[in-house]
Amino acid sequence: MTGKRATYLDWNANAPMRPEAIEAVAAALPLCGNPSSVHRFGRRARQAIEVARESVAALVNAAAEDVIFTSGGTESNNLALKGFPERRVLVSAIEHDSVLGAAPEAARIPVKPSGVVDLEALETLLDADKRPALVSVMFANNETGVIQPVAEVARIAHAHQALYHCDAVQGPGKALVDFRAIGADLMTISAHKIGGPMGTGALIARSNLALKPLVAGGGQERGRRGGTENFPGIVGFGAGAKLAAAEAGVMSRVAALRDRAQHALQAAARAAKVYGGEVPRLPNTLSISMPGVASATQVMALDLDGVMVSAGAACSAGKVTRSHVLDAMSVPRAEAECAIRITLGWSTDAADIDHLVEAWTALYARSHASAA
Amino acid sequence: MTAAIARRANQPPVYLDYQATTPCDPRVLQAMLPWFTEKFGNPHSVTHPYGREAEAAVEQARAQLASIINADPREIVFTSGATEANNLAVKGALRFHRQFGKDHVVALATEHKCVIESCRALEAEGFRATYLPVEPSGLVDLERLERALDKGTVLVSVMAAHNEIGVIQPLAEIGALCRKHGVMFHSDAAQAVGKIPIDVDAMGIDLMSISGHKIYGPKGIGALYVRRRPRARIAPLIDGGGQERGLRSGTLPTPLCVGIGEAAALAQAELGAESQRLLGLRQRLLAGIMRNLPQTRLNGDAEHRLPGSLNLSFPGIPAPALMEACPGLALSTGSACTAAEIEPSFVLRALGLPDALAAASLRIGLGRFTTADEVDYAVETLTAGVKRLGAEGVTTALAGTT
Repeated sequence: MTGKRATYLDWNANAPMRPEAIEAVAAALPLCGNPSSVHRFGRRARQAIEVARESVAALVNAAAEDVIFTSGGTESNNLALKGFPERRVLVSAIEHDSVLGAAPEAARIPVKPSGVVDLEALETLLDADKRPALVSVMFANNETGVIQPVAEVARIAHAHQALYHCDAVQGPGKALVDFRAIGADLMTISAHKIGGPMGTGALIARSNLALKPLVAGGGQERGRRGGTENFPGIVGFGAGAKLAAAEAGVMSRVAALRDRAQHALQAAARAAKVYGGEVPRLPNTLSISMPGVASATQVMALDLDGVMVSAGAACSAGKVTRSHVLDAMSVPRAEAECAIRITLGWSTDAADIDHLVEAWTALYARSHASAA
Repeated sequence: MTAAIARRANQPPVYLDYQATTPCDPRVLQAMLPWFTEKFGNPHSVTHPYGREAEAAVEQARAQLASIINADPREIVFTSGATEANNLAVKGALRFHRQFGKDHVVALATEHKCVIESCRALEAEGFRATYLPVEPSGLVDLERLERALDKGTVLVSVMAAHNEIGVIQPLAEIGALCRKHGVMFHSDAAQAVGKIPIDVDAMGIDLMSISGHKIYGPKGIGALYVRRRPRARIAPLIDGGGQERGLRSGTLPTPLCVGIGEAAALAQAELGAESQRLLGLRQRLLAGIMRNLPQTRLNGDAEHRLPGSLNLSFPGIPAPALMEACPGLALSTGSACTAAEIEPSFVLRALGLPDALAAASLRIGLGRFTTADEVDYAVETLTAGVKRLGAEGVTTALAGTT
């Protein structure tokens, strides 16, 4: 990278690690304990994992024994959705690829143009087929930030004897996520979205559920997930969780920055559309289109100016496909192809937003001057 | 008090459980650290430089890992560890080939628990599994293996080097046999890679599991080698964004990938000298024990064995009591996964050991940071422990239970 200012606004793809989490991981890495070993080194690792389990549970107000550590959000989503082969699966149309991919046969629950899942449609789908079901609706969408009525979804699911899984990868640290208050049976969370390390996540699963393991092994995680626990990663997850739990104040500042960016961009281009802006959404997320300029072009041009954003989820960022989320919200095709995702984090500052606005506005002016 | 014991007074226990896990090498840690701090991009965010530099680092690690087993980087699929890799190989191969009417997997009875459990999960789905008995040496009986294959066999799974008894299987012979019968060969090489030379081509291996934390790399990362020519076809275990050529979705953890790559590169560079050193230490330990405690018995083939690995039975001395009598040694009775179980090792039983002898067995693992002084200390400590317990007569009451 050159000496040019680098502005990172792709926090929903990956949040930089918190210094405290880095310290925790770096201190744990050289230790030689396998948490399953009964000798002193093993017991020390086991103890550290159990402390982290408490912190992670506290972050989403769950019981520590309900926390199953995994390799990340994708594995957790797969574990939840493939864990009940006897149940039919319903997922919202705006779920992450790891939910859609884990349950390719699932019935799709539509969303409204606002970006909020259609609860009446969910009721209808559950009424129409009385077999035991599993419903998966995310806490907040990774592209638009729209917060879903998850407690309502849980209530409807339970009224139909269905289980409810909540992909809350985009939640903790940005909004208050309460496993018990929501009434979820299963919940996915990820360490690297909250300032913990990549390669660690968890599935919160009520311990009385008959969950079929995805990864069979040596009986770790109460037999629900085999494999030597990634003890440094888990310790880093715990450290990140502790800090993210104390984040509410920071996020109101982030929301103000996000709103400032939104107003400035819409002032520069009146036809710029914001997706999910009419309903409650994550304080750090802005999905916006620049009329007439393709997403990929915008992302590349902003990148040249040192502003890092994305055209959608990072997982599919390599491919140039239109967002299935905006499609589900009935955004016209031509518009959806011009949308980008701008996401902020706890260390984002006003200068970052100025940089974004300047680069975005200049690009808009350039594109429309040449078009004219 | 003997010499080595005196020198180690008030020190932390000597770590002799390198099969359970290895500490991350400080050089590996140094290589990883920048990827935790300033270089935090998501390697799949290729639209910006943070993502692209992460992607480049992941690809370099992939090449380092491929090099140590003579594979093409495109044949490496990163996973969260060897357990996931074993699940992916065994379940993935069988589930993929069901469409061709094939339904049978063969594994040694002494495979790692996660392979056995994967086979059991497949049986619950209607597949057939054969758990092949081994020779008293722990080695595979090739004729018996050949007889176990049938028209429906998809996969043979044999651990390259054993986690409990350390024996190294004749991989090239197994690979040739599998090739002859058109069956895929999977090897769990978590304990072997980086410790003995592995060549997937020369050994005819189609799928191979690798672990980061067994080779002085980080925990939470491993890989499955998946042959391209002829292509080893498997179904994914974890679906989603389609990373790893669709075989393993999920954001790749850049620092962990960098760590396993660096660990592989170090192991490759040092393998020759380090295996000689460990072999010397192992012989020193075994000779010392045999001199002091001649009734001790070595489990598993004496010759085809990992340089740093021993499994010893101390007749009449229950292993838990011996470990308790030797607080200065971090030892185990077998796989860490089953460390808390009271049952004697299923692996030693498969070797034909009576329960009483299996219950009197310890696994000893030497590794990169083991010194000659530690080995001498271990000899003295174990000798004193066995003699004391023998004199106290704790023996049969515990060890005699079946």
